[in-house]
Amino acid sequence: MEKLARAHVLVCGGTGCSSSGSKEIIPEMRDKLKEKGMDMEVKVVETGCHGLCELGPLVIVYPEGVFYIRVKPADVDEIIENHLIKGRVVERLLYREPATLATVPDYDDIAFYKKQKRYALVNCGHINPESLEEYIGADGYEGLAKALSMKPEEVIGEVKKSGLRGRGGGGFPTGNKWQFTRAAAGDKKYVICNADEGDPGAFMDRSVLEGDPHRILEGMIICGYSVGADEGYIYCRAEYPLAIKRLQGAIKQAMDTGLLGENILGSGFNFTIHIKEGAGAFVCGEETALIASIEGRRGMPRPRPPFPANSGLWGKPSNINNVETFANIPSILRDGGDYFASQGTETSKGTKVFALTGKINNTGLAEVPMGITMREIIYDIGGGIPDGKKFKAVQIGGPSGGCLPEQLLDLAIDYESLTKAGAMMGSGGLVVMDETTCMVDVARYFLNFTQDESCGKCTPCREGTKRMLEILNRICDGHGTDDDIPLLESLASSIKAGSLCALGQTAPNPVLSTLNFFRNDYEAHIKDHKCPAGVCAAFVGYTITDNCRGCGLCKKVCPVDAITGEIKGKHLIDPNKCIKCGACQAKCPFKAIDKG
Amino acid sequence: MVIKNLDDLRKIKETAKQATSARHENGTQVIVGMGTCGIAAGARTVMTAILEEISRRGIQNVSVMQTGCIGMCQREPLVDVVRPGEPRVTYGNVKPEDVPRIISEHLVNGRIVGDLVVAKI
Repeated sequence: MEKLARAHVLVCGGTGCSSSGSKEIIPEMRDKLKEKGMDMEVKVVETGCHGLCELGPLVIVYPEGVFYIRVKPADVDEIIENHLIKGRVVERLLYREPATLATVPDYDDIAFYKKQKRYALVNCGHINPESLEEYIGADGYEGLAKALSMKPEEVIGEVKKSGLRGRGGGGFPTGNKWQFTRAAAGDKKYVICNADEGDPGAFMDRSVLEGDPHRILEGMIICGYSVGADEGYIYCRAEYPLAIKRLQGAIKQAMDTGLLGENILGSGFNFTIHIKEGAGAFVCGEETALIASIEGRRGMPRPRPPFPANSGLWGKPSNINNVETFANIPSILRDGGDYFASQGTETSKGTKVFALTGKINNTGLAEVPMGITMREIIYDIGGGIPDGKKFKAVQIGGPSGGCLPEQLLDLAIDYESLTKAGAMMGSGGLVVMDETTCMVDVARYFLNFTQDESCGKCTPCREGTKRMLEILNRICDGHGTDDDIPLLESLASSIKAGSLCALGQTAPNPVLSTLNFFRNDYEAHIKDHKCPAGVCAAFVGYTITDNCRGCGLCKKVCPVDAITGEIKGKHLIDPNKCIKCGACQAKCPFKAIDKG
Repeated sequence: MVIKNLDDLRKIKETAKQATSARHENGTQVIVGMGTCGIAAGARTVMTAILEEISRRGIQNVSVMQTGCIGMCQREPLVDVVRPGEPRVTYGNVKPEDVPRIISEHLVNGRIVGDLVVAKI
């Protein structure tokens, strides 16, 4: 038997922390512990993502539960010498609250985690994702064991009772979807896991796949049992190499131990899972396009009905759910649907993972109960806006979502309230913007993305998004006309009405919501020839004020030689040569360059 | 290893829970003085003995922690045992051979080992 370790050092091995250097910490830690003869009493565990990727690499030392941030290989010695040998916390590596700068040693006391309710992410960062035993130790596969002792209809009943809705964006009740597939005629059925996470900035699915892969397998096996399928596919983008590696490992472990394969847990039920790597087209997140891609055809949506529940993969009834949806299933079975339904709002139950990015202190993944307000997410969990800047808008729901202004910060978040406000739950991407953001530019960014990712099947989506983008470019370049806003609105409604899939139906949302809440920004560009936030280069000019001491630094740094002047004399910028890069302003030691 | 039924699953769960117990909230704490004085007096061998004894007996809900010097250097190695809701008991001059007694008497049965105690806080 393995000897009991008194301390566990958890090093995050998610994609975020790996790229900031956690891969070097683990061998360093193991080597140094071995040198000191402590390798038997201190266990080093590589875990999945904790969600605070910006502060990585993260290291957590148990039993104390001390949370260290931005750990470098050079810090390993100090952690061993002081913390692991002498029991003294290494103060300088502790997390600090952005508001007070006070150090917080205990994981559980960090404001980022305090308001969270981790249900889908419960194991992420706390278990070794490559160890089946650790997953089982954290109640893993108990939901499956329970499901296999029930009738398939009872399993679906439990999922219905939980009120779980599709976490990929659609929000369709999961239990009903399962029911449709179960009711569909046919002896061959499939379960598909949609891991084609494509929204810019969203990475909750990747985190679960990397940090807790067995949870997804368990969710899929339970689904297979209840809908009557014996084969499953995980459609995961090839840009997620670590997720694919962990999934492959987990599938092998499950096959070896009989949790996948034939006669699972002595129930007589058989199930296998394959991984299909996608090439990363955004449209393949749409279920019919995804199915086409698995079949080896070009990833394009087709009209529904028939829905995949009746005619899906290779024409067979198929149940398709998102990663986060499957991640909730094992606990729903284990703890019962009522427990899950006790969280959230009237129409939206349970928790939802949001990916916080943009102008916010704590960027990362936060899982919160439905019904929480945007203000709580941004200020309590996210730690507010950095550098004392003012909040301007929050973009929610990815490129299909909308931008919400400050007056909607106290909106209780659920599927319905967001749609009503002109945004959508989407996959849960949350981009926070401060006063220095130009909303026309933001709309242009998201439209540029959807225009690029349009598969081209429907003319309104293919051509319409291109025309809208041209108009937005025109406005940002200072050539907007009075007709542009009505033209944008009319194009938006045609694209929404005339597109087959959700990509086209929602592509105009960023433009419509910014027109709705930030029309002033558009009008300022068109009528006053100004970009109020000072973002759009066409409206920005740099001038040197009387504070100039003639040091010549600006002249040196200017890439196009637009600045003239003698040493100790006031310098001048030639507006015709200036490319508005802002390098001079950043360099000036006397704050003598104004932007406006 | 093949998991054939729920019992097999539960068995793995028990072992895995024990192996990861350091990461969970634990009832009883055993704290070893690991300042320079403690280490010089042999605290490391005492700690190793504690870990061995706990895993040998398969005791759940214990975390073994370390602390710095509390000033009573002449009585090192010092080992504190804190059971939930009970005062912190400090044992002094602990030798590896004393460890099984402290574990079986105090941790398991809740009886303080009188002849080794130096303080009760």
